[in-house]
Amino acid sequence: MFRIDFNKLRFLVCDDNPHMRRILRTLLHSFGAREVYEAEDGATALEMYSHYVPDIVITDWSMPIFDGLELAQMIRQPESKGNPFAPIIMLTGHSEKRRVTVARDAGVTEFLAKPISAKGLYQRILNVVANPRPFIKTKTYFGPDRRRNTSNAYIGPERRVGGEAEVLQQPSLLDKARSTV
Amino acid sequence: MANHKRDIEIKAFADHQVITQPNPLRKVLRRLKEKDLDDPIARAEKALAGLSGEFKNWMTVEADRLSAAHATILQNGFTHENCEELFRAAHDIKGDAATFGYPSAGAAANSLCRIIEHAPELAEVPSDLIAHHINAIQAIVRERTKLDTVSMASELSRQLRGVADEFLMKANRDRPEHLEAILAPSLVPGD
Repeated sequence: MFRIDFNKLRFLVCDDNPHMRRILRTLLHSFGAREVYEAEDGATALEMYSHYVPDIVITDWSMPIFDGLELAQMIRQPESKGNPFAPIIMLTGHSEKRRVTVARDAGVTEFLAKPISAKGLYQRILNVVANPRPFIKTKTYFGPDRRRNTSNAYIGPERRVGGEAEVLQQPSLLDKARSTV
Repeated sequence: MANHKRDIEIKAFADHQVITQPNPLRKVLRRLKEKDLDDPIARAEKALAGLSGEFKNWMTVEADRLSAAHATILQNGFTHENCEELFRAAHDIKGDAATFGYPSAGAAANSLCRIIEHAPELAEVPSDLIAHHINAIQAIVRERTKLDTVSMASELSRQLRGVADEFLMKANRDRPEHLEAILAPSLVPGD
């Protein structure tokens, strides 16, 4: 069993509803977080993301200007100066399975359907902190591995093609990004 | 905040790369000790309960925002912006109401969201159907403190959902992708 030192984590919360932001802030502070930054739309969140370099992003889906889905897509730019790897938890009133698939394909790490609960939020945060998934880059996707289970049974059109692996050592994108901030 | 150097390893395959790195947040994890009685979830639930005195006001603000969005539509028509605002107001209630102690208002708002999302033309939805949803949400919020209204609120939102679903299934009989979405089970139990 693990416990998270929330006081070492920096959060960015993005929700256009001030009541929900208050709820989230209350929950995160109660968990022990000290650094919680808030944005009320996707554009502001993106600016704050570059400025504060949060460890975890918690975002709503439906928002004015650009929404949480677009925010996730903008964060998940492998060539961007910022950190494209930060865990993104999408907290949303959308509760249909197809929405989960769309969010997953935008690079969202965890999906949490409202109504929010302390337990649900804590578990999602614990999961992104304790069990990070490798990232996958294809022509059309960059984000956490969308497979949670390994199975060779899938033979559909989106099956990844294997082949011999070529391992390339790269300098850390995050370190590069932080050195430019 | 975790802040340490990370070495990224990239394995290149024919049509994709697998990128792994040491867990950048591992330093914020610590193993739970036997004597550790601290319960962050209970602490957060208690803090949330401490906010509950404000929930009635918050819910009133949300319901009034929905009514205002509807009034704008009645006055200025079903423009894209007006419909967006109506959806966002209903969607916020759908997501927040149960947390604020108004699950039936959340259910009615969910039903309204489904109408806005899946009706082929919002302007052609019977005006009473939209108005009844909004009036029901207002009534549930207003009468929340009366114990005997709880089951009535639940029945009201259930009936609205039934009428809305019947309308949506007829309106979308030639739109299979919408029918599928309308009939798909929700991820949230009790939706």
